[in-house]
Amino acid sequence: MSADPTQVLAFETDCHIFDGCGFPAPGLHSFLFEPLWGDGDSNVYFNKTMLLALLGSIIVIGFFWAAFRKPKVVPGKLQMVAEAGYDFIRRGVVYETIGKKEGEKYVPLIVSLFFFIWMMNLWSIIPVAQFPVTAIIAYPAVLALIVYVLWVSLTFKRHGFVGALKNFTGYDKSLGPVLPLAMFIEFLSNLIVRPFTHAVRLFANMFAGHTLLLLFTIASWYLLNGIGIAYAGVSFIMTLVMTAFELFIQALQAYVFVLLTCTFIQGALAEHH
Amino acid sequence: MSHLLILAAEEKENPLVPPIPELVIGLIAFVIVFGFLAWKLLPNINKVLEQRREAIEGGIEKAEAAQTEAQSVLEQYKAQLAEARHEAARLRQEAQEQGATLITEMRAEGQRQREEIVTAGHAQIEADRKAAAQALRQDVGQLATALAGKLVGESLEDHARQSRVIDRFLDELEEKAEAAR
Repeated sequence: MSADPTQVLAFETDCHIFDGCGFPAPGLHSFLFEPLWGDGDSNVYFNKTMLLALLGSIIVIGFFWAAFRKPKVVPGKLQMVAEAGYDFIRRGVVYETIGKKEGEKYVPLIVSLFFFIWMMNLWSIIPVAQFPVTAIIAYPAVLALIVYVLWVSLTFKRHGFVGALKNFTGYDKSLGPVLPLAMFIEFLSNLIVRPFTHAVRLFANMFAGHTLLLLFTIASWYLLNGIGIAYAGVSFIMTLVMTAFELFIQALQAYVFVLLTCTFIQGALAEHH
Repeated sequence: MSHLLILAAEEKENPLVPPIPELVIGLIAFVIVFGFLAWKLLPNINKVLEQRREAIEGGIEKAEAAQTEAQSVLEQYKAQLAEARHEAARLRQEAQEQGATLITEMRAEGQRQREEIVTAGHAQIEADRKAAAQALRQDVGQLATALAGKLVGESLEDHARQSRVIDRFLDELEEKAEAAR
């Protein structure tokens, strides 16, 4: 988090090919931001991703506030769009995985998760912001943690202590001698690896997507010299293609995240066989 | 580029280690979204979706009720119409029957009156004839008596005998007339 005075535009703007400077490749430094306020070393600071996270929250709330504050039986355009999104998550994700009866009370959580994550991802291609908040591990991690706490506590609540342990370890007598090993792997997979992969799946996708976009954007600029201009055009087209692709990935990753959440909750509620 | 190397050397740069402030802000940002949606906005829309469902179902029910009512009214009308037709037919039938009866009665009455008149006529004629015959018999008797008296010169004033003879004579005449007829 230490100062990096050149990180205003994530790369040096005066550097072109044949000018004797190397390609300013994007890297981990592209995901570090100077604090807008406070001190980066003190853990009391405010930076761009935090601003985007809070702004994103306000946008999501604003959208649903405008759509659902005074909903009408005969919906307007905005309400219809919001209803379509709401219904997609409610029916297409929650009811499909957990079921209508048990899933109903998780609908607000899943809907919030989806639209929150989607908005955080969308920042990636919104001009000026142009950074997916979820490419900072802290944001997916905190969401995955909420889900983790929820489904672990649900498992204990539903099955009791022994039942929950059986659930976590995939206890199955028919496995015979490999049962201890299977139980060990299952336990590791469920309780340790699962929340990690849950968060990292989203994080890594957004991280990679942002890196790709940066790569082609920087290349478009860097190649703008001499014969490089032709390649800069190719690179710019790739930037556009990747932007469209990112638009798709952003929605998809948000969908995958909530779908997995529902699967975990469903697993916690299901009877153990 | 040296500053990048310095950055890379720092342990904090590990992208898989979440910075605490970002964790906190992330939690707050999500809780804001979840709070608003769960507290107010989703219950709002759920209520409206329920209302809409009810409105649609209510509309369908109303339409069904209206249709059922229309059907029953139609059947009622049909029944009334059929009844009216039946009644009309019955009345016509009755009128025809009554007409026929009246004609028959009138005819019978006419016949009866005619017969009465004819009978009365006959009786009158008979009575007249009898009276005439009676008068004629007396006149003929007196004339015959007077004539016979004059012819025989002998008074046939003996009433009883006279009457017997005359009657016998007349009866014979009558018998002759009957036979001649």
